[in-house]
Amino acid sequence: MGYQIVIEKFQPSRNDILQVIDEKGQVQSEYEPNLSQIDLKKIYSLMVTARAADIKAINLQRQGRMGTYAPNQGQEGCQVGAGMAVQKNDWVFPHFRDLGLYLTLGFPLKNSYLYWMGHELGNIPPKGLNIFPMAVPVASHIPHAVGAGMAANIKKHKIAVLCCFSDGATSGGDFHEALNFAGVFKTPNVFLCYNNQYAISLPRKNQTAARTLAQKANAYGFSGVMVDGNDPLAVYVATKEALDKARQGKGPTLIEAITYRMGDHTTSDDASRYRSKEEVEEWRKKDPIQRFRIYLKNKGIWDPDYEKSVQDQTTSFIAKSTEEAEQTPSASIDNIFQYTYKDMPPHLKKQRDELELFTQEKKS
Amino acid sequence: MVQALNQALSLEMERDSNVILLGEDVGVDGGVFRVSEGLLRKYGNSRVIDTPLAESGIIGTSIGMAAYGLRPIAEIQFMGFVYTAFNQILAHAARLRNRTRGHYTVPLVIRMPYGGTVKALEHHSESTEALFCQIPGLKVVVPSTPYDAKGLLASSIRDDDPVIFLEPKKLYRAGRQEFPDNAYEIPLGLAKIVREGEDLTIIAWGSMIPVAQQAAENMEKEDIYPEIIDLRTLSPMDRDTIIQSVKKTGRVLIVHEAPKTCGLGAEIAAFINEEALFSLEAPILRVTGYDITIPMPKSEDFYFPNPERIRYAINKIMEF
Repeated sequence: MGYQIVIEKFQPSRNDILQVIDEKGQVQSEYEPNLSQIDLKKIYSLMVTARAADIKAINLQRQGRMGTYAPNQGQEGCQVGAGMAVQKNDWVFPHFRDLGLYLTLGFPLKNSYLYWMGHELGNIPPKGLNIFPMAVPVASHIPHAVGAGMAANIKKHKIAVLCCFSDGATSGGDFHEALNFAGVFKTPNVFLCYNNQYAISLPRKNQTAARTLAQKANAYGFSGVMVDGNDPLAVYVATKEALDKARQGKGPTLIEAITYRMGDHTTSDDASRYRSKEEVEEWRKKDPIQRFRIYLKNKGIWDPDYEKSVQDQTTSFIAKSTEEAEQTPSASIDNIFQYTYKDMPPHLKKQRDELELFTQEKKS
Repeated sequence: MVQALNQALSLEMERDSNVILLGEDVGVDGGVFRVSEGLLRKYGNSRVIDTPLAESGIIGTSIGMAAYGLRPIAEIQFMGFVYTAFNQILAHAARLRNRTRGHYTVPLVIRMPYGGTVKALEHHSESTEALFCQIPGLKVVVPSTPYDAKGLLASSIRDDDPVIFLEPKKLYRAGRQEFPDNAYEIPLGLAKIVREGEDLTIIAWGSMIPVAQQAAENMEKEDIYPEIIDLRTLSPMDRDTIIQSVKKTGRVLIVHEAPKTCGLGAEIAAFINEEALFSLEAPILRVTGYDITIPMPKSEDFYFPNPERIRYAINKIMEF
């Protein structure tokens, strides 16, 4: 009954927040997971890669080589921590600020870049990875995750379904409808809410009068738990337990990972319009990578040589992914028509042929 | 028609264990129109699912189920309640195949009773098929007879794309017609000429078919013989059948319950202009609902097309 350790013990009503590593990198909890050195290193290098890939994406956008992009900085801890708990046959329903999760699951960075560069190919997961294309309309993907959970129940598959969204999504009607269905049908869902404090400009306190987001689970008849979202191990522990619980047929869980969006909402946003520098600096002290580095150092895993090797690998990985994404040709005319239906109806063929002809005539 | 639909559901559920039914009151109650009567007993509550009262939840979860590998049939109790699920239909069901270049698909049927002339409550009489016909990736199907209802529903369930399946409430228990007990399909995307004629082409669908047929019968007294096309699939539309008929008759009347402006009739008239303008002997006319909120039952008769309005329009067309 491992899942009862954290989920039932840490009660949102008592304002309990699971934290394994504190802001100074010290272990503050009996719930430190028993992860191998390989896994700990993986968490670290994934967070470093996610951050560097994120900075690269912003730069690409600034240089006109990528479209509007949603930065992730500050949320690597919850993204990577959660991703580490996902197993092979599980399904994942991400939202648009989930780069670290994608990387952790083995989704090619090239595809993530392709997506933000404006190519549908970026939505296609590699074989064997059950990840949905990211949801742009906020909260609208939560019912899909529950539907997948219902289908798994019907097919008697022992899998779990992870669905990620941010605090703003909890105000959407689809959040309510989906979590209500999850409770009624006891689906194997884990709802991971990155409470990053802002939905574009709206602060968390104006999003809901509820004291916590996690407590909302109680209204749907299941448990919610709060974790320090900048502590990858706390997120890992809670997510793993919730996913295990789901696979055992014991129903859904809502996890509120308390974190902070260090960057702008998107590259079109200017967060300084609605929040103070002081506030941002306060959160910088809680940075997930920094604290995890100290944690690894204290364990004798991190040293400057290791850091250099991580940085070198990251740099070449990002350069290679960028190059591959930029070298991918745009979708052809046929390609943009072809997947509207399984079989192309006559009127679409006609429209496609017209566009082909028009494009050829323009060229000649 | 209720019995035909019920048979189609049952046969498809029997044929394919991935076919499941969900919606409000579809299980224990058998659906408020009894279309799913007896299915819960036959297939159990993991395949016939009474859901909470939440249209977006029903369609949203159906999308997840479909992507996971099931073939859900979602019932929306009345078309007037589908709009809270519109985002799920437009932003997700219709797009997922294209967004993932075929990696994920949504083989989903959304059944809903539509249309008026049954003296129903507010929000129970609308006919907003055109909203769905403008969405790339969706198919929109409307039967007008029990035989067609059964075959079209079977095809819709077996189709690999999302299908909006509109059931004319008016015809649920009207017009008895024999149909075979075994499973059969009527291909989507094919219209049917339900009455042959030489003088003009009436294009209609669903509950407007009997109205058009009545009108056509009345016109015989005036020695006018209309051809009637039952579109059956509104999207993608069988344009060939329409164009062939227009080339034969040279005159067109479109009949639909929905408001006139931006109704499907507008699209039909536009593509006839594009493809067969020089076959036309007269302007294309439309007999439709008006651009107003459907009146409540006391006055609803003013709103819906009827044989008299159709006769008036036909006479105008024949003047040219």
